[in-house]
Amino acid sequence: MKPRISIGTFALYGGLLLLAAVYLLPAYLTLVTSLKFPGDISLPQSWDLPPTVNYGSFADAIALLKPNIINSVILAVSATLLSTVLGSLNGYVFSKWKFPGSEIVFTLFLFGMFIPYQVILIPLFQTLRAINLYGGLPGLILAHVVYGLPITSLIFRNFYAQIPDSLMESATLDGAGFFSIYTRIIFPLSIPGFVVTSLWQFTQIWNEFLWGICLTRHTSNPITVGLAQLAGGQAVSWNLPMAGSILAALPVLLIYILLGRYFIRGLLAGSVKG
Amino acid sequence: MPNIDRVKAFLTLLPSIILIGIFVYGFIGNTFWISLTDWGGVGALAEHPVKNFAGFINYKDLFTGFLGGGFRQDLVNAVFYSVMLLCGAVGMGLFIAILLDNKPRGEAFFRTVFLYPMSLSFIVSGTIWRWMLSPQGGVNILPTFVGFEPLHFRWLSSTGAILEFNWQNLLQVAFYIISFILILCGLWLLRQVPQKAVKRYLLPGVIVGATGWLAGDILPKALFMEEIHGFNLATFGIILATIWQYSGYTMALYLAGFTGISQDLRDASMLDGASNAGYYRHIALPLVKPITISAVIILSHISLKMFDLIFAMTGPDNGETGHPALNMYLTTFRANDFSRGAAIAIILFLIAATFIIPYLISSYRQRRTK
Repeated sequence: MKPRISIGTFALYGGLLLLAAVYLLPAYLTLVTSLKFPGDISLPQSWDLPPTVNYGSFADAIALLKPNIINSVILAVSATLLSTVLGSLNGYVFSKWKFPGSEIVFTLFLFGMFIPYQVILIPLFQTLRAINLYGGLPGLILAHVVYGLPITSLIFRNFYAQIPDSLMESATLDGAGFFSIYTRIIFPLSIPGFVVTSLWQFTQIWNEFLWGICLTRHTSNPITVGLAQLAGGQAVSWNLPMAGSILAALPVLLIYILLGRYFIRGLLAGSVKG
Repeated sequence: MPNIDRVKAFLTLLPSIILIGIFVYGFIGNTFWISLTDWGGVGALAEHPVKNFAGFINYKDLFTGFLGGGFRQDLVNAVFYSVMLLCGAVGMGLFIAILLDNKPRGEAFFRTVFLYPMSLSFIVSGTIWRWMLSPQGGVNILPTFVGFEPLHFRWLSSTGAILEFNWQNLLQVAFYIISFILILCGLWLLRQVPQKAVKRYLLPGVIVGATGWLAGDILPKALFMEEIHGFNLATFGIILATIWQYSGYTMALYLAGFTGISQDLRDASMLDGASNAGYYRHIALPLVKPITISAVIILSHISLKMFDLIFAMTGPDNGETGHPALNMYLTTFRANDFSRGAAIAIILFLIAATFIIPYLISSYRQRRTK
């Protein structure tokens, strides 16, 4: 086989490079704008590199968004942890301990993943107020855990379906029960499942906005709400929201770039195959 | 296995069943009940607000009331958002997936580049795209780098609209749309099953279209006055941003599907003289049809959730780019009109349910036969 540059390969690489450039343009614009001094930002020169680099926008954005970042870290970590553990147990029951009607229950769970969340917003708001959880992080964590159950159960159910039933049977013969099978066999095998699910949940919760704005008071606002407020004012100069965007994007972008393989598995699992 | 373990298994699941039962099904029922009341106004946020049963008056107001015009435009916007996002993201994703399926060098790099927008929050991408689409900068001055005139399109603040129609003639428009879809399906099938295509699609399509045209004047009017709605050009920028963010997702789905097709099948089709385009059109695409269905379902679901993106790009109360999801938020939490907000939420939910429920039922059947 001799290497041969045909029109086809040329078009293939040309097309791919052009598309890649288009997809990267917003990232480029964000980065250069965040590194400019407010005085250097003007619309006709928006694509130019910064004449003098200004890291100050990041310090300012961190100072402004610090409470939101702390809130989001607490929120995302605890809600991810809880919903992943519950999802693992549910997935274990749904795949290995089927009972009459368990498939219907599972389908009813999945439905909760596809509803537009506006439809539960008013009762959720009322319920959280009634049990004194409105406005703070615990209420938001509760919402994320409950509405995270469908997707976490789904991912774990499909994951555990690959574990052969014969393993279960031999453990049962050894006298292991429901919980000891889980701790001795299923759990040690589920590390990849935990990685996929928790990465997925973390990015979803970190990126969520609707509940953040409707269910929390100012002091408990997550990062997305903080960023929306930072960028919402008309008079603000654009280096600050751009630096804020980078801050808000950084954790999930790092997850995606470093652990992309697992992220994509979560993404494909979300399409209900199986 | 011992029965005691079966009980333990069920008890493990029980808390989740109760939570989902209350927070999903109970809450949907509650929202529906609220939508039938008159909860709103001054005392709306009281500990025990006054709620009186009011029937379907909220729905009636939204569709035919004097003040519901904003909601009706939002609904029209939502249709255009969904259709354009579907066509754009599926088309773009498929195109990129086919390019990458040729296994170019650096495939992993390209995949990362096309998929990274997907990991971002809508608030982040919305903030960035608002800056990208500023009238005298960003995208509009890109053509000047290759020697063209700058664009002058006001992406997010344009007040122009195309494909306008009068809400009074809603029924007639519905007739035209059904006729258009039927004729399109008919033409699509004409080559393969000409008889069925003519009988099932083309003929009914023409009849429905003709009925709409002839009977247009005697069909009942949806409103007592003229009210023009259409595709607002300002929504185009938002659609562009969504396609940028979600085409990588369909790409990933299709790539996974294409990788699952055996190389033998591909080689065999090439030996049979199929061209590259022929291979995708006649072999690969039919094989990944379930993926196309999944993608369509999930993207339509996302398009109903575009709340965050529109909020970040144009603010929640921009009439031109509105969406029922935003309208629900404003009606409920700004205007404290809880019952009206609940009615909007139920309408959104019903739209979502019409395509989610069949999808879930079919995936349930598949699981059971396995």
